[in-house]
Amino acid sequence: MKSLLELYLTFLKIGCVTFGGGYAMLPILERELVEKKKWTNMNELRDYFSIGQCTPGIIALNVSTFIGEKCGGIPGALLATTGFLTGPIVIILFIAALLTNFANLEIIQHAFAGIRVCVCVLIVQAVVRLWKSSIVDRFTFILYLLIFLLNAFSGILPVHVSPAILVLAAGATGILVSYIKAKQTHAQKME
Amino acid sequence: MTLFKLIIAFFKTGLFSIGGGLATLPFLYEMSDQTGWFSHSDIADMIAISESTPGAIGINMSTYAGFKTYGVLGGVMATMSLALPSIIIILIIAHFLKKFRDNRFVEGAFYGLRPASIAMITAAGMNVAKVSLLNLTQYNLTGRLGDLFIWKAILLGILIFIAQRKLKWSPIVFLLLSAIVGVVLKF
Repeated sequence: MKSLLELYLTFLKIGCVTFGGGYAMLPILERELVEKKKWTNMNELRDYFSIGQCTPGIIALNVSTFIGEKCGGIPGALLATTGFLTGPIVIILFIAALLTNFANLEIIQHAFAGIRVCVCVLIVQAVVRLWKSSIVDRFTFILYLLIFLLNAFSGILPVHVSPAILVLAAGATGILVSYIKAKQTHAQKME
Repeated sequence: MTLFKLIIAFFKTGLFSIGGGLATLPFLYEMSDQTGWFSHSDIADMIAISESTPGAIGINMSTYAGFKTYGVLGGVMATMSLALPSIIIILIIAHFLKKFRDNRFVEGAFYGLRPASIAMITAAGMNVAKVSLLNLTQYNLTGRLGDLFIWKAILLGILIFIAQRKLKWSPIVFLLLSAIVGVVLKF
């Protein structure tokens, strides 16, 4: 039986061993949920990921909610998600408490100055990785430039544009442009 | 009152950050500018900590930011608020799974959302670069362009970039190595 406790404990375990989140989770979820527990199959798991990619929130969380709901309804969804969150929360609270006490040490400051350089590179690499699937034509490139400028120089601009507004506007523009494009190809086919 | 503001701010972040952990960055920068709860350097440090601990980046960031602002309770509440919108939305979608996936409007929205997401991640990367690769205080003092750049940091960045392309090690290894370089060369 998939008891609620088992659901919570399984996701507690998954939450403690996934580093980096996102797709890094897929092999772990496959082993735990498909092979060991047989709560879902690989195809379903892939679908959860693609939906998680395009809904608000962290992908890993979305996947936990999905599987929890499937196994135990709404209580299942809540337990799986909190189970997934428990490990990271405890670990980060621990680190944060340590850091607040040691942050003023010179050696820690030097270490973090070095680490920040590495973070910079990691972000550049994330952008490179996402570029191919996101910037597919002229429209997406122009949108990229526009949103980058609005977001990066929001301090200089006379009005502050919130990232939330940028997200909403980008979604709406995407719908509009793809609708116009679909109409154009349809009209070309008619001729 | 701060706790309430914290909950609202992270709920909003959870609601609008689409496409994974780094998508929370623009919202954290906005929060930093508007509330002063944490600094831009804090955000860069948070990314490093998140990359080297379990769990998704966005979750780690909310716990860390919440703790910095309001202690343990802040850490827990910020994380829960970040998770809540996505739990609600996924529960709704789980009921209409098939219809959602093939919807033309959803596809169209993503056509626009994907470039927006990486544009804001690029801007966030620039913010990290500003605190890690540039020395603005020194430049403002002397006005010399050579003083603007922290050359050893830029060199380290290029080395990491090349090494990671070639070696494909886990980011944790590179974060540790850069911490050591930072201590040894007194960054």
